[in-house]
Amino acid sequence: MNRLESGGLIDRGKPLNFVFDGKKLAGYEGDTLASALVANGVRLVGRSFKYHRPRGILTAGSEEPNALVTLRTGARSEPNTRATSVQLFEGLVAESQNRWPTLGFDLMSLNNLLSPMFTAGFYYKTFMWPASFWEKVYEPLIRRAAGLGKASTQPDPDIYDKAHAFCDVLVVGSGPAGLSAALAASQAKARVILVEDDWLLGGRLLCEDQDIDGAPAVDWVRRIEGILTAMPNVSMLRRATVFGAYDGGTFGAVERIADHLAEPKPGVPRQRLWKICAKRTILATGAIERPLPFGGNDLPGIMMAAAVRAYATRFAALPGNEIVIYTTTDSGWAAARDLTGCGANITAIIDARASAPKGAARFAASAGIRVFENAVVVDASGGRRLRSLKLRSADGKIFELTADVLAISGGWNPVMGIGCNLGSRPVWSDAIHAFVLANPPAGMTLAGSAAGRFSLAEALDDGHRAGAAAAADLGFSPPPTKIPPCSEDATGSMPLWHVEGAKQKVFVDFQHDVTDADIGLAAQEGFRSVEHLKRYTTLGMATDQGRLGQVNGQALLARHLGKTLAETGTILSRPPFLPVAIGAFAGHHREMNFRPERRTASHDWAAENGAVFVDSGPWKRAQWFAIPSDQDWLDSVTREATAVRASVGVCDVSTLGKIDIHGPDAGIFLDRLYINMFSTLAVGKARYGVMLREDGFVLDDGTTTRLADDHYFMTTTTANAVKIMQHVDYCRQVLWPELNVQAVSVTEQWAQFAVAGPNSRLLLQKVFPDLDLSNDAFPYMSAIAVTWMGVPARIFRLSFSGELAFEVAVPARYGDALVRILMREGRDLGVVAYGTEALGVLRIEKGHPAGNELSGQTTATDLGFGRMMSQKKDYVGRVLAVRPALTDPMRPSLVGLRPAARSERLRGGAHILPLSSENRADNDLGYVTSVAFSPMMGSWIGLGLVSGGQGRIGERLRAYDPVRNGDVEIEICSPVFVDPEGVRVRG
Amino acid sequence: MRIPCPYCGERDGAEFTYCGDASPVRPAADAGEAAFVDYVYMRSNPAGEISEHWYHGQGCRNWLIVKRNTRTHVISAAMLAKGSAP
Amino acid sequence: MRYSIFALARGALTKHRHWHPAWRDAAPNGPYDVIIVGGGGHGLATAYYLAKIHGVKKVAVLERGWIGGGNAGRNTTIIRSNYGLDGNTQFYEWSMKLWEGLEQDLNYNAMVSQRGVLNLYHGDAQRDAYARRGNAMRLHGVDAELVDRDAVRSMAPFLNFDAARFPIQGGLLQRRGGTARHDAVVWGYARAASNLGVDIVQNCEVTGFVRSPEGRMIGVETTRGKIMGGKIGMAVAGHSSQVAEMAGLRLPIESHVLQAFVTEALKPLLPGVITFGAGHFYVSQSDKGGLVFGGDIDGYNSYAQRGNLPVVEDVCEGGMALMPMIGRVRMLRSWGGIMDMSMDGSPIIDRSPIDGLYLNAGWCYGGFKATPASGWCFAHLLARDEPHPVAASFRLDRFATGRVIDEKGQGAQPNLH
Repeated sequence: MNRLESGGLIDRGKPLNFVFDGKKLAGYEGDTLASALVANGVRLVGRSFKYHRPRGILTAGSEEPNALVTLRTGARSEPNTRATSVQLFEGLVAESQNRWPTLGFDLMSLNNLLSPMFTAGFYYKTFMWPASFWEKVYEPLIRRAAGLGKASTQPDPDIYDKAHAFCDVLVVGSGPAGLSAALAASQAKARVILVEDDWLLGGRLLCEDQDIDGAPAVDWVRRIEGILTAMPNVSMLRRATVFGAYDGGTFGAVERIADHLAEPKPGVPRQRLWKICAKRTILATGAIERPLPFGGNDLPGIMMAAAVRAYATRFAALPGNEIVIYTTTDSGWAAARDLTGCGANITAIIDARASAPKGAARFAASAGIRVFENAVVVDASGGRRLRSLKLRSADGKIFELTADVLAISGGWNPVMGIGCNLGSRPVWSDAIHAFVLANPPAGMTLAGSAAGRFSLAEALDDGHRAGAAAAADLGFSPPPTKIPPCSEDATGSMPLWHVEGAKQKVFVDFQHDVTDADIGLAAQEGFRSVEHLKRYTTLGMATDQGRLGQVNGQALLARHLGKTLAETGTILSRPPFLPVAIGAFAGHHREMNFRPERRTASHDWAAENGAVFVDSGPWKRAQWFAIPSDQDWLDSVTREATAVRASVGVCDVSTLGKIDIHGPDAGIFLDRLYINMFSTLAVGKARYGVMLREDGFVLDDGTTTRLADDHYFMTTTTANAVKIMQHVDYCRQVLWPELNVQAVSVTEQWAQFAVAGPNSRLLLQKVFPDLDLSNDAFPYMSAIAVTWMGVPARIFRLSFSGELAFEVAVPARYGDALVRILMREGRDLGVVAYGTEALGVLRIEKGHPAGNELSGQTTATDLGFGRMMSQKKDYVGRVLAVRPALTDPMRPSLVGLRPAARSERLRGGAHILPLSSENRADNDLGYVTSVAFSPMMGSWIGLGLVSGGQGRIGERLRAYDPVRNGDVEIEICSPVFVDPEGVRVRG
Repeated sequence: MRIPCPYCGERDGAEFTYCGDASPVRPAADAGEAAFVDYVYMRSNPAGEISEHWYHGQGCRNWLIVKRNTRTHVISAAMLAKGSAP
Repeated sequence: MRYSIFALARGALTKHRHWHPAWRDAAPNGPYDVIIVGGGGHGLATAYYLAKIHGVKKVAVLERGWIGGGNAGRNTTIIRSNYGLDGNTQFYEWSMKLWEGLEQDLNYNAMVSQRGVLNLYHGDAQRDAYARRGNAMRLHGVDAELVDRDAVRSMAPFLNFDAARFPIQGGLLQRRGGTARHDAVVWGYARAASNLGVDIVQNCEVTGFVRSPEGRMIGVETTRGKIMGGKIGMAVAGHSSQVAEMAGLRLPIESHVLQAFVTEALKPLLPGVITFGAGHFYVSQSDKGGLVFGGDIDGYNSYAQRGNLPVVEDVCEGGMALMPMIGRVRMLRSWGGIMDMSMDGSPIIDRSPIDGLYLNAGWCYGGFKATPASGWCFAHLLARDEPHPVAASFRLDRFATGRVIDEKGQGAQPNLH
């Protein structure tokens, strides 16, 4: 065990059992999976992506590239989970990845032997012969070798939630700068949201032995946390990551509500996606330590100095017994001090700089640590763990040291990814040897290490100033506050990008195995933009998104090109800042709840009566009503259609879009919307209308009724209801604001039923005994508003089926009652309920175009409405509808189709070709738009759009349908199959 | 994206439907085919400030003219389309 | 130098010192016979075919940043020719044929992988619409199959068949569809074009045009000086309107942002490309293991190469509706490309109204799969001054005549195509 006997923020009274690669281990509450593994002496944790090199834990944070595990099992397994970010829980199960058969003995590590060939971009240069081998041989091999963890193939059993939040000041990060900022802004009475990735507030203060206000920094953190918790204007999100900045001050964050539990409590979401609208934002996201270049720098046991420091101080776990520190920073020395304070055995400190910082020699002497100044590590060696390292002093002398841990510190990169999301570009600062965000987006401030001000005092001061300034900017008055004194920490550093003479590979991007040689090769082959470098070598494309190695790689590129980092620049960070579970973005909108379901007023009644429902956009509509004697769906549909033609049927047509149009100019307005006239329509009359888009193609159709001089009631197709409402509003607000007309959607307000068939009048008279619905009193295309059982109702004499028919509308909440009454009163007439399929059969028999014909690709003339296009007025689409291509007589136009052999079946989507022609596109005459089995015709019939359509009536062609069942010989006929004279509808 | 609807106040962009550049004006009925072709199909498509139509379909159902920068997405003004010149 | 396993083996012994730059980083050296503005896939492919097929000696490709930095490097790498309307089908099929021999032609492994493209349908009307499309494809000699629910289940058993708001009923399958490694396509064309003498000039932004007294285009002004050329072809995708404006032209194009996403790398999971038919979601798995997916455009004009959260959510909702096992898979990275959305959803490869200036634009989100044929046909137009037969419908005047190619039937509303 590498666990210290005291210290740290772990609860030794609460041991937790967990399993890694089948081995039972134990940690404490307060551990991460990584710290528990460190405490258990586990070194080998994963394998790298390409060469399958053995890897250990490198960091103590979310930037971890190596220690990726598959967490949990079964449907909850989470591949590629960073052990450093997992809060340990009782019963945790984790497994290493990307190895076969075991982590210790991985056959794929053979790749390592081939690595001299597997350079950057090697796959672009080979695997081309023979061509057919790519999909069959090479690619499957590559795919199997690539990838990291395995995703579950079972549905994610957990739930995800979404929430919105609004604040004056959003503070990202709760280290010294973040806490200080949140305190200052909240004391000014601004509404503050503080978001912390960790489960504890404090950031670096949890991992460093520092003092604030004369007491340990952790005490200060607790005190500030207490103050903030007590303030009503402060909200805190812990275990939450702000992953992206979006337009208008919107930030995306994901809160991990239950990831620290074995599984979420029932009904509690696993994660919550927050959309936070903030007027001001303070990024106090800290900095990430840079690795150092030397041969074999990826061996397990080589860790970031800050990570070793964190494991020792926060988690009381020492990763080794013989620690060497290799640094180019003052913070590397601070880590050494803290480690010594914890009782760690540091044998040597190597500083690549010309001289160690002030006071270092005294400290080293007192702790018995050997110091190498102006020296670099050249190679590290060991098999699956670090055993020794070779260093070279300025005068070229080589030393060998044994070590089981090498803690490395090569400088600090401010974390400013969120700040770049909106396009602000980082610039290189020679003062701190790092990229900084000089021009963050409007409303955003960076504070502390994120701004490149690395010392504790600077962070406290910076945070306070940023918090107070953000509040003041919004009109709040920050009270005067004293910034607490704190311990001093030096922040000197020197960049070191390259080492000469390394015998082994020098890794730059650890997970993707990008080496300094790969960077050199990319530059040599002309990949000289940082973007080309990234894409060619995959530098920075691993799950850590280059947070660790990208700048090092870019520096090597600059070195190869003889340029500075200021010239080569860096990559803009894009969301998400940390990988986010897809489930969190989807929230509750998945599976059955993917989209809401709209139900008509008769839904329950239909369900009680055997309805099979079909999706019609968001609506659920009854497709047919199965009764026990029906053999199959076609039986049901045929029965329903036959009954309508023989007696009477009832169909819910409420899903049609309904728009009330009012105002003295309503008639003129409709004249401009439709190709035909509506201002001349008499009150109490309905008319069928066709609308075009401004480009001259058909937009929609429907009947519109004039209920009063200044009141029309428009219906649209179900599919276009929303679009037409928008169009109506556009026309009256944008195109013709001078017209005095108002419009409102009433689709939801009215339940509407078609009552169709020769006995429809009889049925309606039973329900409306006081009305005279005779042909004389209420002819075809009449409408009337009445009161029915005390509620308003409307009766229209409209017909989609070609039969004597009516539509009855009542307020939606009475729709259920109306359909039940209609069906009860119609029982002795043999009334049937019919669904959308029978509706389709009836309309195809009558040749009425519907959705399949209103494809957005057809003109009014194509559909047989050419003569409706008024010459007397302007309307939307009038001018462009007469362009040559829209009036070409050879355009496909609407015809009826019948199979030559009446027993054959037609299918929608078949193309139409001349008989005995070659199956070639230039023989294509059109296609079948709609089909139905017609009980009246005793065969399948169809509608189609056929080139020169009306002129081909009587002609034999073939329906070409190779994707289903081949050819069917067809006869072109009139699209009106039933009652072409229209006797029934006027009956 | 947050759109300051002059009727409803600032609202999430997802409540609105986009309808493109507001500058093209529907030609007079007798302006001829070429004018309509230009109106329907041709766009300046500026990289920078644009006046555009947004429809607050999930709010007040007003068509708005929104002045927005297509490079930065920053919205500088929003007004009701009715009675405003783009 | 030829790329091969032997060359790699040699490199292994010589520390790879023998590799030359994949393409020459040329300085402008006019006058040129043809200047291509735009160093994306389309521009580089055009230059390559101009040199290779038409023997044009002096060709330059001008790129304002780094080649492949636009949509060529910001897409979901899908290749397919499953278009339904005449004009599109033959063009995209020609592209597919070129993809099929591309790597051997270029001597560059672009990882063209024909693992299939499956478009799911969820209702009878959608099935018939796909049948119409599939039959049109067959009429053009393109492979297309309409498969039923059971066939889909056997291909992709992990899809949501049982608890779906819009249950899967089947799909339209193009087995020859698949993916290609987008950056490699750019580099492969660049290398092959450069080997044929094409000058690829990076960091060279066109700032204006040079016209003869008669009004003909005879050159371009750039950030690297004036460059003269006999013909000028523009292939700048989302920036088409900007470049056209310098020539005094307005185009039937709007620029829109399309976001796309990739997850952390996973062991092989998906067989090919799968497209959800009841929402905006399409997905494939890269050879590296990431699920590459996307959906609808954000829907507003943009030049910002980034989008907003509502579309991210919409796309992931589609993903979870279709494959609820990806809930715990993490999105790693997102990107946004600037799509040159045309008014009918189909591209333009044509002469411009100005002599000497040629247009290649309006690719919407179909540009990547079109790369080889776009280059082939644009080269043909530039070299011979007449449209290539498979691109003969992509005329600029179709908006005036009404001969639009509107696959979705949405009319002149670019954000709905």
